[in-house]
Parts: sequence; structure tokens; C-alpha cells
Amino acid sequence: MNPTITSLIAVAAIILIGVFGTAFGAGPDLGQTTQQTTNWVAISMFAGFVIITLGITKWAAARTRSVADFYTAGGGITGFQNGLAIAGDYMSAASFLGISGLVFANGFDGLIFSIGWLVGWPVITFLMAERLRNLGKFTFADVASYRFSQTPLRSFAATGTLVVVAFYMIAQMVGAGQLIKVLFGLEYIYAVVLVGVIMMMYVLFGGMTATTWVQIIKAVLLLGGATFMAVMVLLQFGFNPEALFAKAVEVKTGMAIATGKTAAEAATAGASIMGPGGLINDPISAISVGMALMFGTAGLPHILMRFFTVPTAKEARKSVAWATTWIGYFYILTFIIGFGAIVNLIPNPTQYFVAGDLAKGLNGGGNMAAVHLANAVGGNVFLGFISAVAFATILAVVAGLTLSGASAVSHDLYASVWRHGNVDSDTELRVSKITTVILGIVAVLLGILFEKQNVAFMVMLAFTVAASANFPVLFMSVLWKNCTTRGAVAGGIVGLVMSVSLTVVSPAVWEATLGNPKGSALFQYSTPAVFSITAAFFVIWLVSILDRSPQAKKERALYPDQMTRSETGVGASQASSH
Amino acid sequence: MSIETWGQIRANPKFQKFVQKRNRYSIVMSILVIIAYFGFILLVAFNKPFLAQKLVPGGVTSLGIPIGVGVILFTIILTWIYVRRANTEFDSEAAAILEESTK
Repeated sequence: MNPTITSLIAVAAIILIGVFGTAFGAGPDLGQTTQQTTNWVAISMFAGFVIITLGITKWAAARTRSVADFYTAGGGITGFQNGLAIAGDYMSAASFLGISGLVFANGFDGLIFSIGWLVGWPVITFLMAERLRNLGKFTFADVASYRFSQTPLRSFAATGTLVVVAFYMIAQMVGAGQLIKVLFGLEYIYAVVLVGVIMMMYVLFGGMTATTWVQIIKAVLLLGGATFMAVMVLLQFGFNPEALFAKAVEVKTGMAIATGKTAAEAATAGASIMGPGGLINDPISAISVGMALMFGTAGLPHILMRFFTVPTAKEARKSVAWATTWIGYFYILTFIIGFGAIVNLIPNPTQYFVAGDLAKGLNGGGNMAAVHLANAVGGNVFLGFISAVAFATILAVVAGLTLSGASAVSHDLYASVWRHGNVDSDTELRVSKITTVILGIVAVLLGILFEKQNVAFMVMLAFTVAASANFPVLFMSVLWKNCTTRGAVAGGIVGLVMSVSLTVVSPAVWEATLGNPKGSALFQYSTPAVFSITAAFFVIWLVSILDRSPQAKKERALYPDQMTRSETGVGASQASSH
Repeated sequence: MSIETWGQIRANPKFQKFVQKRNRYSIVMSILVIIAYFGFILLVAFNKPFLAQKLVPGGVTSLGIPIGVGVILFTIILTWIYVRRANTEFDSEAAAILEESTK
């Protein structure tokens, strides 16, 4: 295996050089969004990250022999490590750049979103983490199908996983392409292929061990970089937040005057960043978004999978506690970073705004606030560092997504549904590696296909599906004794279909993406989560109650054993050792 | 581990009581988070001026900021309180019940 890896690393190196070389030759003249001059500092830092992580992959490859190693790193990750890795999986570029960009534009509204992204974690801790660890092995379908008919339940769970992975993946790939155009001055397509190739190498050779370490390294770099930025911003104001906010309001007011508002309008616009604005207007949308974020977190397959990498329920709990801590800390940082961007970038339009015009927005778009701030507080080298970290972030998240997609296909669909469990570890491992390659190619193709699309709704859609399809099935199968296969599958399908179809006819897709006239969307709320989650739970309950089949009787009779195992961990799948 | 062991554990009345106690604790903690979060979201939806009001007259910082950051800190602290109790008290209680039941 080792010679293969060495040669593949060599191939990747050649691809890397080729890509950079071509881009350098082509020059910064392409693309409909601003493509900037090739940033060699950022590129060398990113290359450093890739070389180190590929080195780790090589080390991990020697330890990835069985299918358990591939999916769960042999169950040998500690709670603290896993907590960082979960945080790494969760702190995507969308949350780093997106939330700081949102704070930069709207102030307080950014905080509302980041809180939503955090509050799913305690719920996972209190209700799910240790039960997942005690019942599961490789995928969340192991947990949900514990006492149920394998074929229908696993087919459903694999579908739910792949749908969530696909939407999340599109958002990441398109984000990667757009980011790299601005950050590194490379072409979109190179960025997408680069992400696909490197990610595939992590997963293919290093499996969960390599993916976990990539997440950990990335989480540490991201937390370190964000801390540095927040400290530099606070330092400008003698660590007095009131002074920072006052300056931000003053700057925003000045900006409103400069863009042609009257003094009174400008004062209102300036003060508006300190309170909730137009982001959430109707209560139904507010609750719906809240539910999607809160319960979606507990249904994301790449997050759920991380609970099988720790040896015990104790470590599983510790890992969520650490993850919650890091993620919460990170969101407080992004809030400071967003305000730091307001006070540092707006007074300097010639350097950071398109054509030096405040009305035309930031160079590279609103999501670049954190990146430009890096330049403002740390110069070109720190800008390179943050750019490299942002790109590494996408890489790491995509690797985690691919691994969970591959496990759904090989473990749930191939090994359990198609081969009824009669498959040896080597074959399953081979199937998951083939799937990884296919998913990598699909990810690149999706990235290319959606290049020109507005994909802002994709992450929310992934959360909505996870909250409406995966979470209710998981929750009810583990905690409700009368739940049956039919109920779980029927409810899950209702949640899945409703969340996708209502999102398609909501303003974010129907108007913003498909270009229909404003106000023509059939479904007027930001996300259908409140309806689709409720419907999924209701259908699970109704169909289970009405299910009088002998199979249902058998499934209900198995509940006490399942409950005993989920509460005590007795009989739980153990970490494989070698 | 076999079905027999699970049966033995379940037969222990202490186990039933223990599970009930721990589940009640989990549910209470979950409800606290849900109240904190949806309380915050409903304030955003229904009473924006409340969150936008200034902390001190003449100042800039709004009440929403300590409340928002407070929800984040509350979430983290609650998680650690639960994990600490589960990893010490609950785990040792569970271990004792297991030992007693499988003797």
C-alpha cells in the first residue's frame, strides 16, 4: 500500500504545481467576480498545510487496515481530541466567513444566527450523545435500525444521509471555488478540482484517522487565527467593548451619509447594528429557523458519525462538551471580528472596497470581511494565513462529509441492505474506498454545475432535511418504545419530501435562485422546518400506533433490551484494537 | 454481552429508578436550553425594541448583546454541568448497579 500512497502524493504534488503554474501563467484576468492577483504567501501557507496533512495521512494509512479503522479510527480517539474534531467539522467556512460577514453588514443579526448554530449541541449532549455511542457502530443507521427491519430503515437512513451530504457539499464546493478566486487568485475550476483531489486522498488512504487529525489541526489553526484577530481588534479599544461598539456605530453612520442618506436616516442606520434588524421578521420564520438549526445539528450524518470514534459514553459526553465550548467561543470571536471589520475596513474604502466606493461593497463580496480584517490587523502574512485556514476549513469539512456519505453507501446500502451483512471487512473497505472516489468526483461535478448559482440556501436546506428526516427517526427509534419500522420510515420520508419540496417553493430558491418574480413563491417562510419536523414526528407516531403487524410486535418487544443497552453501554460495540 | 445480562440489569429495581432519574435530569436540562433559546428568538420576533434598548442611558451597547452572549455562555456552562454530573455521579451509580445485577 505504501508505494501507492507515495506515488499518489507525488501525483498530487505535480497537480498542485501544475495548477499553480497555470494560474500564474494565465494571470488574474478571468472570472465574473473579482479575481485578484495570485497571492503567493497564502498559497505557500496552504501548500504547507497540505504537505503536513498528507504526511499525517501517510501515517494514518498504516493504521487503517480494517473497516472499523476506516469509519471510526478504531474507536481510539479521546474525548478532547474528538471535541476539537467535531468543532472542526462544524466550524465551516460558511460560519466563519458568513457570520463575520453578516455581523459586518448587519451587526447584531449575526449573533442571532450564531446562537442558533450553537444551541443544538446541549440537546445532543443531554439526549443523544451517549445513546449514540452505546447503540451505534459506524453510522447513525446502526442506531436507528437497532431493533427494526434492516432493509427499509437503512435504505431510508442512507438516502437521508446522502441528501444532506449532497446539499452541504454543494455549498462547500461552490464556496471553495469562489473563495479561492478571491484569496489565491486562482480559477474556480482549479479550486474545485484541488479540493476534490486532496480531500479524496485524506479519506481514501487515511480514513477516519486522517480526517480526524485534519479536523483537529484545522480547528486549532482557525481558533488561533480568530483569537488573534479578536484580540487585535479589542486592543485597538483598550479591551473596552463599549468603545468598539461606539466607534462601529459612528463609522456606520458616516458610511450611510457618504452613500447619500440624510443625517437622520444615517443616525438610524448607524444605531441599527446594535439591535435586531430585518433578518427575522415573522415569528413563524423565527421559530422555524430556530428549530432547523437546533435539531438539524443532531441529524447531520458527519457529526453523528464522530460519536463512534470514541471508546466510551464518558468520552462521547466529554467530546460534545468540548465541542460546545470551542464552537461557542468561536462564535463570540466572529462577533468581535465582524465589528472589528466595520471599524477597520469602512474608514479605508480605497483599499478594501470595489473601486474604492463604499456603495459597491467589499472587494470579493460581503463574505470577505474577516479576510480583509486579517490584512488590516496582521498585514499580508496574516492575510495569507487566514486565507489558507479558510481554504483548509473547506477541505476538512468536505472530507468529513465524504466519509459519512461513503459509510452510508458501503455500510448501510452495500453491506447491510444488498449483502444482508454477509460481507467481510476487506470487501466493505474496498467498497467504501470506491464510493469515496465516486463521491469525490460527484462533489467536483456538483461544484462545477452550481458555479453560477446562488447557493446561500443550501446550508439551511441541509439543516432542515437533517432536522426533519434524520433527527425524528433517530430520536423516536431510540426513545419511544412503540416506534416501528413502518412508522419510522413513513415519518422520515414525509419529513424528507416536505423539507425539500417546500424549500424549493420558498423565496430563497423560487425567487433568488430560480429567478421568479418577487412575491411569487408559494411558501413564504425562510425554512419549512417547523412544519416538516412536526409532520415527521406526527406520521411516525400515527403509523407506529396503527401498525399491528407481527413484525411491529417483535420490534416493540425488543425495546427493553435496546433501552438497557443504550442506558448502560453493556454490549456496546467496542473499539477494535490491533 | 448477552440478552440475559440485559434482563438481569432490568430486573434490578435500582436500575429502573436510576434511568428515570437520569432521564428526568436530561429532559429538565434540555427544556432549560429550549426556553433560553426560543425565549431569545421570540424576543427577536416580537419585541425588537426591547433588545435594542441601551444598557446605560447615553451608551451604545444594547441589552441584546449581553443577553445574546449570555445565551452562548449559558449553553456552554449547562453542558459542562450535565457532563460533570453524568461522568462522575451517574457513571459510578450505573457501574454499581451493573455489578450488583450481574453478580
